[in-house]
Amino acid sequence: MRFVLKTNYGRDIDIFKHRAHASWYFVLIAALLLAPLVLDVFYEKQLTELFIWAIAGAGLMLLTGYSGLVSLGHVAFMALGAYIHAILYSRGWPLFLSIPTSALITGGIGVLIGVASLRMTGIYLAIATLAFAMIVEKVIAHWPALTGGHSGFRVDDPAMFGYSLDSSTAYYYTCLTALVLVFFGVINLLRSPTGRSFIAVRDSEISAQAMGVNLLQTKTLAFALSAGLTGLAGALYAHRIGFLFPDAFTIMTSIMLLMLVVVGGLGSLHGVIFGAFFITIVPQIIAIARDWLPTGIAQSGGLEPLVFGGVLILFLVFEPLGIYGRWVKIRLFFSQFPLYRKKTFLRQKSYLKTERVH
Amino acid sequence: MDTILQLLLKGISQGCVYGLIALGFVLIYKATEMINFAQGELMMIGALIAVTFTEYLQWNYFVAVVLTILATGFIGLLLERSLLRRMIGEPPFAVLMVTIGLGFVLRALAGMIWGHDPQELRTPYSDAVISMGDVFVGVSNLVVIGGTIALCIALFLFFRYTRIGIAMQASSQNQLAAYYLGIPVKRIVAFTWALSAGIAAIAGILFAPLTAITPNIGFSGIKAFAAAIVGGFGSLPGAIIGGLAIGIVEQFMQYNFGKGLGDTSAYFMLLLMLLVRPSGLIASTQKKKV
Repeated sequence: MRFVLKTNYGRDIDIFKHRAHASWYFVLIAALLLAPLVLDVFYEKQLTELFIWAIAGAGLMLLTGYSGLVSLGHVAFMALGAYIHAILYSRGWPLFLSIPTSALITGGIGVLIGVASLRMTGIYLAIATLAFAMIVEKVIAHWPALTGGHSGFRVDDPAMFGYSLDSSTAYYYTCLTALVLVFFGVINLLRSPTGRSFIAVRDSEISAQAMGVNLLQTKTLAFALSAGLTGLAGALYAHRIGFLFPDAFTIMTSIMLLMLVVVGGLGSLHGVIFGAFFITIVPQIIAIARDWLPTGIAQSGGLEPLVFGGVLILFLVFEPLGIYGRWVKIRLFFSQFPLYRKKTFLRQKSYLKTERVH
Repeated sequence: MDTILQLLLKGISQGCVYGLIALGFVLIYKATEMINFAQGELMMIGALIAVTFTEYLQWNYFVAVVLTILATGFIGLLLERSLLRRMIGEPPFAVLMVTIGLGFVLRALAGMIWGHDPQELRTPYSDAVISMGDVFVGVSNLVVIGGTIALCIALFLFFRYTRIGIAMQASSQNQLAAYYLGIPVKRIVAFTWALSAGIAAIAGILFAPLTAITPNIGFSGIKAFAAAIVGGFGSLPGAIIGGLAIGIVEQFMQYNFGKGLGDTSAYFMLLLMLLVRPSGLIASTQKKKV
């Protein structure tokens, strides 16, 4: 076991807990930087997709995992980001302007939802965001003058300062840069007073208010940042798929995002990466498994939802803390080797958590 | 005038279906404070089981209806026993996600068992049409309305006069007190799931003749959810009223402004309701203070 000697209060919120911790992350970054040299184009594209999902996941994690606000409609922000960026970019805006602009506009729309969210709690908010997503989907489909409607919208090839970013390697590095910047920003946000007020609101709105946290401001900011990040992911995703159409952004994508944060582990940024890994790799595993399954099952389109739904249920029932929670347990098992006790992570259950007055 | 009447009837019959699904939501919410997102999928399963009994097995329609309701109710019971009972005491968000996952699994399984091709439920009244002046109404639509009214009366009597109905009311008002009074709360909750799945099956059977049945008809569960909120979550009459409101508005919007706005009108109503009067038309739940 490692004991970290903390000699000042600042050590409590350090990004890296100790040297070895930091060096692992440098190894990871170096590996990711060198990966395109050895990897096949296919894997490069898969990793790019993983990065994009991780950015969107970081957005949703900020909202659901850290602020306790559940959104079933995050796909709307992704779609808005993608379409706004594609439209601005097609009208001659440079890439480095149109991507942040689309993220900003999406964040602005998030503010509106955030203000409305103050009136709603829990399930009601989830449903309201779901309704919002449905409406956005229909608006995109029925506004062909701007979005191309059902016939789709072609996204121009990405290029910046005269350099084309269209090759899979160039786009890999673009998305990796965006991911690292986003994660660095979010990590820093979470150890600042703002981020801690998010967590306070999640754990108890009333005690957060008692401690002087402004609920309206905090929730609105959480929504704005979350929407902005998801919009950024959407803008990057637009180039990844190259062609936008309303069916690329359905409620299914929202659920995938929620699955990402739940399976990865609510309330942890590691979980975002694990979750993104999960939702990019599972379709590949299913594609491979199709060859082994009887044709009746393999050919039916329902295999993917079945696996996703099943895994989601299993995680929620048996490991509500997700892959990250499992990893923490495994790590503790080894660091305390013969002394590990299962009860360390025993959860307290209440008989019925009620929101009603009796 | 005739158009208005026609639209109104169509809206009411569609609204009844939404109302019935919403009824299932509300029943489960009242009993356990869980939101069952798979309610629409239970309706779809009910409709497909009915198709199996009548089309594949060629049973008598009325026998098939009774057996479908029982079978779907049994599925609801199984789901509660195997899955949802483990989720007691977990945060509402986790329960919501479990039922979303359940919806996926049910839809995928239905796709594997019954295929994705549209199926048809033939009923003794399938093709019958009644004409009143210039208004033509399918008997199926009238059966939906009649069935809903009958079910509402039956439910009212059930909750008012039967022992188990009163026990359900008691345990939904205060679980702990009900438990102390000797009401088997767990069994009551399981029964509530069965009842709610049974109602979903009835909704499926009534809805099926109006449309082609595919595993995707469960998505109208989302609109039914809007109905439950518009009516005021936690109120049984509210669910039906909300369903009717959404069904009627949807038909008129669709007629006047096209399909796009018709489809989204339910969500606009939902958002409007949440912003203006979050407790719904018939408010029955109050917020806890601390």
